Amino acid sequence: MTTEQIIFLIVAGATLAAGLLVVTSRNLIHAALWLVATLFGVAILYTLLNAGFIAVVQVVVYIGAIAILFIFAVMLTRKDMRDSGPQHNKTWWLGALVSLLTFGGLFAVLGQWSGLAKTGAELPAGFDSVAALGEALTSANGYVLPFEVASVLLLAAMVGAVYLAFNKK
Amino acid sequence: MNFWTDPLKVAADWLQGVFTSWGMNEVFAHVLVAFLGVLLLITILMVIDIFLVWIERKVVARFQDRIGPNRLGPFGLIQPFADIIKLIIKEDTTPAGADKVVYNLAPILSMMSVLIIWSVVPIAPVILSVNLNVGVLFLIAAGAIGTLSIIMAGWSSNNKFALIGAFRQVAMMVAFEVPMLAMLLIPTIFAGSMNMNDIIQAQGGLWYFVLSPLGALIFLVAIIAELGRAPFDLSEGESELVAGFNIEYSGMKFGMFYAGELLHAMTFGGIWGILFFGGYRFFGLEQVSPFLAIAIFLFKALLGYWVIMWVKYTMMRIRIDQMLVFNWVFLTPLSFALLMVTALMNALLQGAPVWLYAAGMFLSNVVVAWIALEVARSVSRKERQKVEGVAQVAEAHH
Repeated sequence: MTTEQIIFLIVAGATLAAGLLVVTSRNLIHAALWLVATLFGVAILYTLLNAGFIAVVQVVVYIGAIAILFIFAVMLTRKDMRDSGPQHNKTWWLGALVSLLTFGGLFAVLGQWSGLAKTGAELPAGFDSVAALGEALTSANGYVLPFEVASVLLLAAMVGAVYLAFNKK
Repeated sequence: MNFWTDPLKVAADWLQGVFTSWGMNEVFAHVLVAFLGVLLLITILMVIDIFLVWIERKVVARFQDRIGPNRLGPFGLIQPFADIIKLIIKEDTTPAGADKVVYNLAPILSMMSVLIIWSVVPIAPVILSVNLNVGVLFLIAAGAIGTLSIIMAGWSSNNKFALIGAFRQVAMMVAFEVPMLAMLLIPTIFAGSMNMNDIIQAQGGLWYFVLSPLGALIFLVAIIAELGRAPFDLSEGESELVAGFNIEYSGMKFGMFYAGELLHAMTFGGIWGILFFGGYRFFGLEQVSPFLAIAIFLFKALLGYWVIMWVKYTMMRIRIDQMLVFNWVFLTPLSFALLMVTALMNALLQGAPVWLYAAGMFLSNVVVAWIALEVARSVSRKERQKVEGVAQVAEAHH
């Protein structure tokens, strides 16, 4: 087992455990903090995949903006942080069944896939992944259309949010 | 290669040799040496941090026409150690109803968010820590952890003043991250890289302060807000909130917040120096010896820290609504306008000679600053007239 595999197993296990705690914590703020831990774990996985830019953006956007926003919203809206109601309803076994079936299906499909046994190609020395990403997002042969469509979508969402929040005097 | 041209590599190779001669695994020895390197960096930073307390107290005293600590040791140099002993032997209190784990985790995260920045700071041409290709963005990511630590401290203390302070601080940090990010992109445009060391190397001829003085100024404002120092210290607001988010912390836990803030200020001074004043470069002196490069970098970092202190002890605290309007209505549009102008000028002047490039960049900065000031002046004049008009109408009714 290589060092990278050991790190991957530890990080993946911690991420999954933190993810489980997000949905099982009774205290909403604790759940939000566990969510931060989960997002951190995902960022480390990106780093292991040599995707430094995505990892840093993951921390900036998901922890710096989205998780902080969650915590703000929870603190401003809830008086009591503790949830005392039951944690699952009558159909919990249905949800468990669906997730087990999905896991089993994915496990069966991926078990036959040959790509799992492959190791990633070595990056050439001096390879600039950030420049390559930027080029791919803006060149006409790359992903410029999806990139622009996503930008317009986000802009529309922002305009909508400002319109809803705008207080007409 | 000898010790005087590349001290860190020589020391690391020697240690690695020692460890492997003890029969240690090669990989394990490498990890251990890297770990010791991190430990060394943090230790040096913490020792500097101790003296930053003394520097801060001495400088504020000078700004306020006092002498400052002068009883213990020469120039009061032993004062910070007395402070530390006091902080350590103080009673460690935890407020009733506090969330213990989160409460104790917050000061650690606060200090960590500062120390982690140093993992991408190039201290000398041969001492780069991690040569990360997204170093500039890493700063913002580290800031996200700092924001998190403050909201954790404010919430877990179970104190309404702490919570209000944390809300203010986080609102401010999230707001000023926007112009800060835009200004981080200006050196990125000039250097064509987000790597901190590439940015320093690209400032061989001209410091980016000359190319973009307005960018350097906006970045300074943004880092002062990010630090939560005056005039943006309304999260502390002694007259309204007693001490803000760290009100319930005592002893060394408070010390972690305080020391973290001081080190953060010096770190940001250093980052300001790296992005706009050439980092460890100073007319080729950095090539003479890495130790000289470290001294130059430290000098620039302390100079940036001094500017931050100068602003802190000169300006008055502003109100939260003024702060938010200043950021969202003035600074954010201005920084995006400057970013667009800089990117456009960079594309236009790509093949031009250096003097033309520099002159064009400088002039475009001056023009953007002038337009921004004119707009701000006319808006505030209208606002003032409105207020004065209301006052006159009210007077006429009496």
